[in-house]
Amino acid sequence: MSVSRPLPHDAARQHVTGSARYVDDIPTPGNCLHLAFGLSSIAAGTITAMDLDAVRAAPGVVTVLTAADLPAHNDVSPTPAFHEEMLSSGEIHYRGQPLFLVIADSHLAARKAARLGQVSCEERTPILTIDAALEADWRFEEGPRIYERGDPDPAIATAPHIVEGSIEMGGQEHFYLESQAALALPQEAGEMLVHSSSQHPTEIQHKVAEALGVPMHSVRVEVRRMGGGFGGKESQGNALATACAVAAAATGRPCKMRYDRDDDMIITGKRHDFRIAYRAGIDTEGRILGISFEQFCRCGWAQDLSLPVADRAMLHADNAYFLENVRITSHRLRTNTQSATAFRGFGGPQGVLGIERVLDHIAHVVGRDPLEVRRLNFYSEAQGGEAGGPSAPPSPPEDICRKRKNASVTPYHMEVEDFILGALTEQLQESSAYKARRAAVDSWNAANPVLKKGLALSPVKFGISFTLTHLNQAGALVHVYNDGSIHLNHGGTEMGQGLFQKVAQVAADRFGVGLDRVKITATDTAKVPNTSATAASSGSDLNGMAVKAACDEIRDRIAAVVAEQFQTTPEALRFEDGQVRAGDAAMSFEDAAMAAYLARVSLSATGFYKTPKLSWDRIAGRGRPFFYFACGASVTEVVIDTLTGENRILRADILHDAGASLNPALDIGQIEGGYVQGAGWLTTEELVWDDTGRLTTHAPSTYKIPACSDRPDLFNVALWNAPNREETIYRSKAVGEPPFMLGISAFLALSDAISACGPGYPALDAPATPERILAAVARVRQ
Amino acid sequence: MPPHFGFARLSNRTTRLLRRIEGARWGSKPGNAAEDRMKIAFRLNGKAVTADAPPTRTLLDWLRETRGLTGTKEGCNEGDCGACTVMLREGDGPARALNACILLLPQLAGKSVTTVEGLAGPQGELHPVQQEMITHHGSQCGFCTPGFVMSMATAHLNGERDFDTRLAGNLCRCTGYAPIVAAAEAAADSPTPDWLAPPAEPVPEGPSPDAGAEAGLGLPSSSDALATWYAAHPEATLIAGATDIGLWITKHLQEIGPLAFLSGCDDLRNVEITETEIRLGAMVTIAELHRIMSDHHPHLAEMLRRFASAQIRDAATIGGNIANGSPIGDAPPALIALGATLHLRKGETRRSLPLEEFFLAYGKQDRAPGEFVEAVSIPRQPDNLRCYKISKRFDQDISALCGCFNITLDDGKVSAARIAFGGMAATPKRAAAVEAALLGQDWSAADIAPALAAFETDFAPISDMRASAGYRLETARNLLRRCLAESAGTATDVLEVRP
Repeated sequence: MSVSRPLPHDAARQHVTGSARYVDDIPTPGNCLHLAFGLSSIAAGTITAMDLDAVRAAPGVVTVLTAADLPAHNDVSPTPAFHEEMLSSGEIHYRGQPLFLVIADSHLAARKAARLGQVSCEERTPILTIDAALEADWRFEEGPRIYERGDPDPAIATAPHIVEGSIEMGGQEHFYLESQAALALPQEAGEMLVHSSSQHPTEIQHKVAEALGVPMHSVRVEVRRMGGGFGGKESQGNALATACAVAAAATGRPCKMRYDRDDDMIITGKRHDFRIAYRAGIDTEGRILGISFEQFCRCGWAQDLSLPVADRAMLHADNAYFLENVRITSHRLRTNTQSATAFRGFGGPQGVLGIERVLDHIAHVVGRDPLEVRRLNFYSEAQGGEAGGPSAPPSPPEDICRKRKNASVTPYHMEVEDFILGALTEQLQESSAYKARRAAVDSWNAANPVLKKGLALSPVKFGISFTLTHLNQAGALVHVYNDGSIHLNHGGTEMGQGLFQKVAQVAADRFGVGLDRVKITATDTAKVPNTSATAASSGSDLNGMAVKAACDEIRDRIAAVVAEQFQTTPEALRFEDGQVRAGDAAMSFEDAAMAAYLARVSLSATGFYKTPKLSWDRIAGRGRPFFYFACGASVTEVVIDTLTGENRILRADILHDAGASLNPALDIGQIEGGYVQGAGWLTTEELVWDDTGRLTTHAPSTYKIPACSDRPDLFNVALWNAPNREETIYRSKAVGEPPFMLGISAFLALSDAISACGPGYPALDAPATPERILAAVARVRQ
Repeated sequence: MPPHFGFARLSNRTTRLLRRIEGARWGSKPGNAAEDRMKIAFRLNGKAVTADAPPTRTLLDWLRETRGLTGTKEGCNEGDCGACTVMLREGDGPARALNACILLLPQLAGKSVTTVEGLAGPQGELHPVQQEMITHHGSQCGFCTPGFVMSMATAHLNGERDFDTRLAGNLCRCTGYAPIVAAAEAAADSPTPDWLAPPAEPVPEGPSPDAGAEAGLGLPSSSDALATWYAAHPEATLIAGATDIGLWITKHLQEIGPLAFLSGCDDLRNVEITETEIRLGAMVTIAELHRIMSDHHPHLAEMLRRFASAQIRDAATIGGNIANGSPIGDAPPALIALGATLHLRKGETRRSLPLEEFFLAYGKQDRAPGEFVEAVSIPRQPDNLRCYKISKRFDQDISALCGCFNITLDDGKVSAARIAFGGMAATPKRAAAVEAALLGQDWSAADIAPALAAFETDFAPISDMRASAGYRLETARNLLRRCLAESAGTATDVLEVRP
């Protein structure tokens, strides 16, 4: 059986030998042209004149295009509700916005020429911050969106204690190692072939077709792999692909564009930064009786995906905790900065950090271990379930069972049917020796005046499904050739997460053959149409099911042929070990395929899947936006230097729920990588804009993602091995985004270490740079 | 919109020995060295090759665009991510992992380059690090992987096992690094594959020293030849490791006028250790400096371990790090604290000065056109040096501030103090008032109070994307406290804490 085996990434050998091909590695015809954008050097204003003579005269330049030269739509927005120009037609919305397009005979020539534009502008004072946007009331949607359940105001007002505060959390640069890239190859009859480093080939196809003024059938988009995506290639590749297609149509020559790293960081969107203000009424033990959140989300200049991002932040304002009386108010604010976009977690991490901060603050106020307060507020634990829950883990202790009635309804009125964090945290607490280490941390802190340690456990409960319900669909195309080899295609894209291998494991399993028979092929809009982005952690859930459907269709057709030859029923056949068997009779899979071919039976099938049980009203904030929840928890121990704020993660223990894993090795890879990326978001990764709207951290020299030595010294990662209660592909669970939020435990551990310095509450903001930590140390000592 | 790096960007990527005069542009006028092509002979994946290219062509662009070898990746184009790492070998020295994106073709003359395409055997047999990367699931998106395997294979060849340090210059955004380090550890005991043995036949001849001289391109083969050439081209740019000048090319997109590559000046790599001083030729790399300092000033060596990355340290030179004049270069504060002397040469004229006097103002050093750094010497002394580098990330980051303390105690009192900081002023700078306030005082928490107060006399730092002025000043004071606490045996270094 090929599913559930810890097989390597399907392209691992190509990765290590350098033969894995990314867009910029695809051999191009000798007449290929190279593109670069000329960028705005102010953040807000109106263009009064654009002198591009020097650009046109620069060595190697073939032509230069402006908005006026574009043949059809000048819109690269992923949402029809907002117009996002590929090249500005007059208005400048942020510093780094593309204004004109240089087409030259080399990448370097294009980059050099792009800096020679003379652009005159009538400048305006840019709106850059949350406060400035609030003051100007510059926002998306007509006003704040509000989700509410119960009666929060009286519940807070009458509570024994009120805990109030606010946390700032910075954005995050994706820093996919492969910067954005696209290549357009003009075909006959006005058709266009586009290679794009994109998580969303159908959207590329759609935007390119619009830009060229042709139907979607005239554009084919192929994506073999990306060098990392993390959400940054869900919509941000649209501009490059349309630019290449327009330039290729204009010149009749292949056109390629890849952003230099600095350009990539200056032009493209990042994770949304947030401020979350909170006011909670609690009882004397730390139970939340009522709570109100105000989420301020800085969206940048274009709408892009900001509405669903902000929605998801609201939908994760509860994380693992039952909030009986709750109001979540969300402000989607516009600023003259890069348009913030999708990034692993898609608003979820910000929402989760908000409530985790509240729990940390409550624990400080009531003087209890934060873990006890967390458990006290957990949702009701799921009982049993049709697919069976884990049997081995111990039952949750008494304190968290002493629950209020019906403590399983979310602020958006969805019943949480699969909450396992009581048992999961219990097991992690044991395996990580949480209690003993809490005591050890306390004695370290008593003995050491300068270095202080901190320890924290944080859980994550993450909703799985696109909140835009119609996106929860997928297609697949499978061929079996008459030599028994299998061609596999589906709508998902490979960005390193191992989706192709997981889905190939499904296909091999359906046919009972080895993986060597399954050829994984590039995502191609001509093979599977109308796909959704590979996003929302949905890749293997959706595409695995679609592939299963296609394989089963073909398998049933083969079975009918073989059953006739074996004089048995199709139901009696087993596809296993490369054979089709019935009792003692056996036929090799290739013979079975040939038999079907000779019997004039089609060996090609499409498969389709749509996620069941979903119904969601995002305006009312009611319904079931998620098919199920994926859960996990982590314990992190850190040490800080109270003289400089320098800090390190010493140890992390993770227990994560990937359901019945399709591939434990790949899933653990997602968990480890997600944790480190999440910890990076909250520690070393700081985006800084100056007061002209210039991003001053626009390269890895100034923007610091975690390096090798930043991973925890001790890093224990285990899977919670229980099948999904919902009927997903082999009862596995999505694993792309949820582990990102495990990194929050590192932030909370830093807060815990700071707490050891004095009686005050640290009120730490993110990212927790040495400077912020040192300032928090000073705060708690006051 | 040209990227703006500010002075900060220069810090540790400093190989420039000279800067052409402000505002000079060389454009594309005749005789512009950057536009003329030259032939450079070296070995690529075992085979002799000759590159015919302009001298400012990067190895990365040549590999990918001219040779179609696309395994070596461009991740950042500035030597910060390591996706373009290749292995460079010459003579009997250790193999070096270098960033191809800021490695210029003339630097390769006569050397042997191995790219990821040359790492597996002739029959496709995988190198042990490649095999272990597969076994341990060390690749996800795979884009950083070629750079990682080249760094790992270089460490493997050299028998180095300090993987966190060896791999600090390779960024991975997918894995969280644990499986990569596991792969490196698993491969460590495997023998070096036969096919990576240095080829028996001699490496190809490099270009002749006078090649390109007419075009304003110098390839001097000694410091004497450099002195002569530079006197004739006093406004030229000198290139040693190209870890800074590489960015003028890849990021600032500058045309660089007359230029000389110093790779042939072997005598500038000399190290002389006598009873009275350690004299380092300007072309001594930071990696070599690290090895030397391990014996003499281990705390400086520990800071140099965090100087940029293995790739940069193996290219960047001490002369470049000084002559660059960056206020946040990490070597100058330590050398100033050690009382180092700088040796300059112009033609046949030589002069020496205390290192701190070389740094006049932001971007301005005491160096005449045509004058170059020949060496720096450090007086031998008992080791009291403590060096503290503060940055957002421990490895491969630029200092927010860097403090170096050389404090001598006599019977519990401070009898001598040389203290210097980077990141606190427009130049690397001595803390004269702090030193004066310490002299003759008890080395105790109570008696350093005046010295703490004196920091504001010495420094008025700026705020930038690395840190605020307030943080810099407070942390500088706290580094003196740390220095004191350390001498009392208190644990102060988070890097020394184990779980």
